[in-house]
Amino acid sequence: MSRVTRFAARDPGPSARIIGFVAHLRENGLRLGVAEADLCLAALTQVEAAQIEECRRALRSICTGCHEEFERFDALFDSYWLDAGRVRQTSVPAPQTSLSNDVHSSRDGTGQDSGTDGTASAPGAEDAEASSDGTGKLIATLQQNLSRKDLRDLVRPDDIAAAETVARRIGAALRHRRSRRRIATTGGQGLHFRKTIRRSLSTGGEPLHLLRKKRPDRHRKIVALCDVSGSMSVYAQVFLAFLAGLMRADKEADAYLFHTRLVRITEALRDKDTMRAIGRMSLMADGFGGGSRIGPCLQRFADSYAKRFVDGRSVVLILSDGYDTAPPGHTGQALARLKKRGCKIIWLNPLKGWAGYEPAAGGMAAALPHVDLFRAANTLADLAALEPELTAL
Amino acid sequence: MSGQGGCAARICPGIPCHSNQRIGGVSYQELQIRLADKGYVASDDLAVALHLGLQLGRPVLLEGAAGVGKTDVARTLASVLDTRLIRLQCYEGLDAAQSIYEWNYQRQLLTIRAAAEAGETGKTVEDRIFSRDFLLERPLLAAITQDQPPVLLVDEVDRADDEFEAYLLEVLSDFQISVPELGTIEAKTRPVVVLTSNGTRDLSDALRRRCLYTYVPFPDRVTELAILTSRCPGIDAQLAAQVIGFVQALRQEELEKTPGIAEMLDFAAALMGLGVADLTAAPVLLQATLTTLLKTQEDQARITPEVAARIGGKAA
Repeated sequence: MSRVTRFAARDPGPSARIIGFVAHLRENGLRLGVAEADLCLAALTQVEAAQIEECRRALRSICTGCHEEFERFDALFDSYWLDAGRVRQTSVPAPQTSLSNDVHSSRDGTGQDSGTDGTASAPGAEDAEASSDGTGKLIATLQQNLSRKDLRDLVRPDDIAAAETVARRIGAALRHRRSRRRIATTGGQGLHFRKTIRRSLSTGGEPLHLLRKKRPDRHRKIVALCDVSGSMSVYAQVFLAFLAGLMRADKEADAYLFHTRLVRITEALRDKDTMRAIGRMSLMADGFGGGSRIGPCLQRFADSYAKRFVDGRSVVLILSDGYDTAPPGHTGQALARLKKRGCKIIWLNPLKGWAGYEPAAGGMAAALPHVDLFRAANTLADLAALEPELTAL
Repeated sequence: MSGQGGCAARICPGIPCHSNQRIGGVSYQELQIRLADKGYVASDDLAVALHLGLQLGRPVLLEGAAGVGKTDVARTLASVLDTRLIRLQCYEGLDAAQSIYEWNYQRQLLTIRAAAEAGETGKTVEDRIFSRDFLLERPLLAAITQDQPPVLLVDEVDRADDEFEAYLLEVLSDFQISVPELGTIEAKTRPVVVLTSNGTRDLSDALRRRCLYTYVPFPDRVTELAILTSRCPGIDAQLAAQVIGFVQALRQEELEKTPGIAEMLDFAAALMGLGVADLTAAPVLLQATLTTLLKTQEDQARITPEVAARIGGKAA
């Protein structure tokens, strides 16, 4: 049997299928507008449309916009066009409200309503399994997620709202650094002589326009790494809410979860629907509450994402208890490498709040020399209390 | 000066901006072959994206690690299309005066002086000094005012600020630039636009949406061998295979800076220059030429002669 999806006889033709495909991508979290469907059709006239691989490449170059999407595209393409000969009943799915990424949800997010009717969005589809529900659509339901740890049971929307306030304040404390250099601006304190003289050329050497300069704010990027291994599950609620809040408060922040492996959750947490964001995160955090391999995860971070996202203006925030099943040497090495990128490293350890706590765990002891600030944090209030210290950093 | 804005003289009225059709009607394979003739071996993904970019008149955004040949694509494309390459290197603090246009103040002043001596004043002088002759074209303006559509390379767009991205969006969507004193300058021809990014910062969705996207990975063994033989035609087949094997294996090691294609070519050139015919037979020279591949002290310390020999042995 052919691998190619068959379409129902009453199906109106290629353009409807393309529109259906774009809608399929949109449901799966790719941000596509109306114009893309048009562009896809135009592109298919420029390649051999009968060649699957050519179509795949053409559509991929149009529909994707970043590396993650580029990698995911193949699976999405296969699920729509190469559905093992299954008949697709309707090319164009019925419009679904407030499931798109670009739609602000007016719900307060208290219900468990997203993703239970079987045709809903497929968050984080790259590592989610497919299931068919008779309409031949590849979807990843949140139902399967119930067998795992569902983070939505842990984190409630009110927590996130509270955490958002704290995160906003902490973010602001860390973020606003004034540069030592001055740049030209309107309404600054001092005169920008170079620009004023340059500008005076246009008025024959008379400095009619006085240009000013000031010290600009240099935004610090916050990169948060949260440990969600078994030993941390008690604190996960606070920290995950904090991460969700942080992502909402700061559009440049970056977030990762780790246990035995490292997952980037920035995109998932940016979802405008709070509960869906947490839902997507739980799909990605498969292995939640399991073992922890802090050292290797940090090393992987230093090797991959850090090269792209961490620089001298970053603050790396590690939320972990430091109990590591991997040899302790890794943690120290990874942090040393991170440190060389010029960032500040803050380690928040929930255990440090205990009376008589000593950072005896091997990983923790190895990490300490590289850490700029080592503090206790196990409730939101603790996190909020950190603000002055972070400002001073 | 703002009174001048009202006159809105159209510099090139009514010239249609058609999409680029100079190699119209040919398939992407044809483009791939033409690029290969000029010494650039493009993957299928890249060739399709460029082909669509040319046919649909869309900018192409290339992302990938440093040294995979993103900038070179634009250069080769310009030579395939037999047109000019206009390059705009982005950096933090790049502003409109450096990327779009600036008035040539010195020349304006001299003209005013000369006009005053000739007894000429008022409106005529003003019109003259705010004409196109006194406008210094920067890359974005230059790119849309060529008679033959050039290739516009916006290099490392992720280094520029958000404000610059906004200018760029305006230029890329309308292909027109407004100069307050002069009016709107519309494109004579649409440039072929190639943007590159190293991914040091997330670009805005608006910019990504306007572009065709492709991710340029490190080439596989066959592609890289083709690149090497097309760039160094004189290389011995056995050495070429060894060089590629070595570099490909080296990329699997944990390095701070993974060697790119340019480094591979340097490495091959160094070995050829030293007269090495067999990589495994010359461990000392191999270690000495590693300086072309490893660019940090840690990486050099990590690839000891033993490690190099192991990688070289695997590659052979």
